[in-house]
Amino acid sequence: MLLTVDDTNAEKRIFIGEHLNSQSAGEFENLLSQLPTGDAQSVVIDLSKLQTLDTTGAWLVQKVVKLFQRAGASVVVDGANPTHSALLDHVSDSYRYCEIAPPIQPVIIRILTEIGENTLRVLGLLGALMAFMLRLLATMSIALRHPGQLRWRATAYQLEAIGTRSVPIVGLIAFLIGGVLVTQGAFQLRKFGAEIFVVDMLAISIFRELGVLLTAIMVAGRSGSAFTAHIGSMKLNEEIDAMEVIGMSPMTVLVVPRLIAFVIALPVLTLFANFMGLVGGAFVAWVTLGISPVVFIERAGEALQGWSLWLGVLKAPVFAVVITVCGCFEGLMVENSAVSLGKQTTKSVVEAIFLVIVINAAFAILFTALGI
Amino acid sequence: MNSIIRLRGITNKFGTKIIHEDLDLDITKGEILGVVGGSGTGKSVLLRTIVGLNQQHDGEIWIDGICATAATREQKRSISRRLGVLFQDGALFSSLTVAQNVQVPLQEHLRLSEELMGEIAALKIALVGLPPDAGPKLPSDISGGMRKRAGLARALALDPNILLLDEPTAGLDPISAAAFDSLIKELSKSLGITVILVTHDLDTLYAACDRVAVLADKKVKYIGQIEELLNVDHPWVHEYFHGPRGRAARPFEA
Repeated sequence: MLLTVDDTNAEKRIFIGEHLNSQSAGEFENLLSQLPTGDAQSVVIDLSKLQTLDTTGAWLVQKVVKLFQRAGASVVVDGANPTHSALLDHVSDSYRYCEIAPPIQPVIIRILTEIGENTLRVLGLLGALMAFMLRLLATMSIALRHPGQLRWRATAYQLEAIGTRSVPIVGLIAFLIGGVLVTQGAFQLRKFGAEIFVVDMLAISIFRELGVLLTAIMVAGRSGSAFTAHIGSMKLNEEIDAMEVIGMSPMTVLVVPRLIAFVIALPVLTLFANFMGLVGGAFVAWVTLGISPVVFIERAGEALQGWSLWLGVLKAPVFAVVITVCGCFEGLMVENSAVSLGKQTTKSVVEAIFLVIVINAAFAILFTALGI
Repeated sequence: MNSIIRLRGITNKFGTKIIHEDLDLDITKGEILGVVGGSGTGKSVLLRTIVGLNQQHDGEIWIDGICATAATREQKRSISRRLGVLFQDGALFSSLTVAQNVQVPLQEHLRLSEELMGEIAALKIALVGLPPDAGPKLPSDISGGMRKRAGLARALALDPNILLLDEPTAGLDPISAAAFDSLIKELSKSLGITVILVTHDLDTLYAACDRVAVLADKKVKYIGQIEELLNVDHPWVHEYFHGPRGRAARPFEA
């Protein structure tokens, strides 16, 4: 029996037996809570029946002692063998109360603090990104004046990784979006009997906006995250520090090749996406609306007069810079743990996509104002 | 012999590479056993095999009378209650405070009140020599030495009979390392815990271990007290104990 009480005499004798350890702690706690404490003057805790005692058990014995002391009784522990005695002393000498977790503040304060902290964080982030980008552009301008210092093999490698390998997926996505746009657009224009205008709508929206946006988002997800992961794991492994100590600038070695490759690759991919968007749209228009490819090409050509043909491609280099800056910056911000690497990768993609969309909207306003 | 852990015929291989072949080991209850061996002799693999993180290719393991190889789910849980493992950097859960880390095994295996769990966590934290203010801190906010102690506190949460330590003094400065050696020794003797220590640290071997097992040639080649191992005629063992560091670590005999 874990806990038995004998109050036949004036003093109360509490027997604790046989196995008091972490296993039996739960049961013991229950028994203890049911124990009446009020009426005793002198209490003896008898451990003569105890066979197994661990530190949890020793602590529980202390709890019994404190329980009766608080009720005003004088308490003695008796009958423990030398090993158990030593353990009891060791535990009661060692114990120090500690908090389990930092104190939780009231909700309002937490919300306000979070809003404040997040605002500061976002402002700080934008500032840091700007600073990084300016440093990068400064490095670029020096590098371009000394072409011998540029890492051409690295640039070519990145060009393949960012550009060539993205071609299938960018093509497929643009093709599908083109088809979907035609379907949706035709559905609405049918009400006016104006289905043929779906060609204009497709051409303009793809070439001015959607072609470059989708490509940028796709490549940000693929390559932007790859930059963060690669540079981040180098940071984790102290390779960036090693580079700096040897006298190589991480900006020149790692970031510049990626920037050059991206600025070349993204406009080319955009051209391809624009084309595939038209192809997808033409295909669906032909099959579901009966608009022949010849008519389609003619109409599209007319719609894409002037600036519309090139605006998407013109925006691409700007997006390329944004995605590279976000990807590399967050990679260099990785801290000393695996958790940080994952977190930073997510952050860089979200930041890149968000900034691309915001800047795209700004471009839209600008072009409207300029009348193009 | 009072063996709390028995390994018989353990074979570990990764692909075609054989790390251990027909390895036997008996660990006495209550002893502190050091495990040493050159790089690639599979010290950590052996530790992980005993604990069950690595499944051996062949052979059987008995832990505290239970055959771990053929254990039921209940038996496996029972084994994990008796084993405490300290991984190399503490392996603390990074989003929980130190005290919450210590409480994780308690919450997993026992049904206790919040108050009692808090007290037991505080007790373990005190027993490993951490200051009380370490309790509410996150692992990222404490030093490496403190992280190891916190990991030890968690390993001791359920009062295990067997403690396994993977290079406990790696990365510690000499003062902290010596303090850790005495902590292990004191805990083992006062709580009656059997300790298995994988280590490179000769000072730990001399300061804390009752016996030392040497892994070589895919087996436990030699096992015994250090004094016995000093006379062994194996090139690696000789170099290990009689090389410049081995001689420096040897307690000075006046």
